[in-house]
Amino acid sequence: MSNIQSVHLAKVMTTHQSPLLEQWLNGLLPRMTRRDKSSIALLRQQCTQFLSLATAVLEQGADINIKDAGWKETLDLLADISEGRARQGFSPIETAHFVFSLKEPIFQYLRAEFENDPQQLSQDIAHVSSLFDQLGLYTIEVFQKTREQVILRQQQELIELSTPVVQLWDNILALPLIGTLDSARTQVVMETLLEKIVETGAMIAIIDITGVPTVDTLVAQHLLKTIAAARLMGADCVVSGIRPQIAQTIVHLGVNLEDVITKATLADAFVVALKLTGSTIHQAPQER
Amino acid sequence: MERIPILKMGQQLLVSIQVDMHDKLAMALQDDLTKRIVKDRARGVLIDISSLDIVDSFVGRMISDTALMAKILDAETVLVGMQPAVAITLVELGLTLDGVKTALNVERGMAMLERGAE
Repeated sequence: MSNIQSVHLAKVMTTHQSPLLEQWLNGLLPRMTRRDKSSIALLRQQCTQFLSLATAVLEQGADINIKDAGWKETLDLLADISEGRARQGFSPIETAHFVFSLKEPIFQYLRAEFENDPQQLSQDIAHVSSLFDQLGLYTIEVFQKTREQVILRQQQELIELSTPVVQLWDNILALPLIGTLDSARTQVVMETLLEKIVETGAMIAIIDITGVPTVDTLVAQHLLKTIAAARLMGADCVVSGIRPQIAQTIVHLGVNLEDVITKATLADAFVVALKLTGSTIHQAPQER
Repeated sequence: MERIPILKMGQQLLVSIQVDMHDKLAMALQDDLTKRIVKDRARGVLIDISSLDIVDSFVGRMISDTALMAKILDAETVLVGMQPAVAITLVELGLTLDGVKTALNVERGMAMLERGAE
């Protein structure tokens, strides 16, 4: 099945290939934020590639449904460009503009070509418009997906970075929590803590929540879960770094922390932990 | 029928669970253990689960029941050697085994029981 409008378009794109490319580039360049030589060269290369791929598909009279197999290569190229731009921090408008700005020059040449046949011209323009809208939306979709992947990766890194377990003393571990505790993070926190308990044979774990911005019922529940899991491994937990405001919220929410040893500061918790493990620290007598 | 061995160490009894528990085995263990506590006049029971990779709600309940039974016979129970993954699963299941004392390994558990017996 051959599509007459596609063939028209292909013809226009082949006959006016180089002026089309120049006009397209002229439309693109003012919008570029980084205008050094290498990025201009890259842009030119991308545009040339896109034009040749798209022309090849259209010449065969392909339908404008971009889900068709014929469009696959063109879409792959667009996906590549879009992904690259998403990673380099281009804005979505800049990315979509890559495709959309080709419309205007093409319209110009179509108009010149079919000056005497307004009906054919309007059909062709509608055709081109619909095709480029689809391609443009596709680039935005890929752009969005890439950004989501970046965000996901950053989240993962954040989770791993923000759960260090440090050994304070023989048999005493400290777990300074920074950031909100959600289910995924609680899981990681629990795992790292329990593994460290096995590794060091610690009897006391101090969970310091100075860096936890808010404690709601869910966070408290996650905290209690971690404490329960540590207890099953034979280690007691002390919660420290409770700010005045958080103490108030905990009571207002009716969270029961009565079975847990809580201290205002890490220093106090450390003293308790030392006592529980049977160690003592003395201040050396000062020399006169 | 297979049985879980119960070892006597001084005033303490040592049970090491190394096979998957099922109803009958659990009943037999509880039966044996209560009898031995009375017969040996044991003051403490140490249950080692370090070789269990999976503890389901059934085994969890069995352990806390056994601890309660021992308590009635005036023997303290310490559960030792739980794997991190097992601890996480039990907490997710809501089984925090509140009535049972815990320790990291057999050595620590023994020390705990001895301290308790003094």
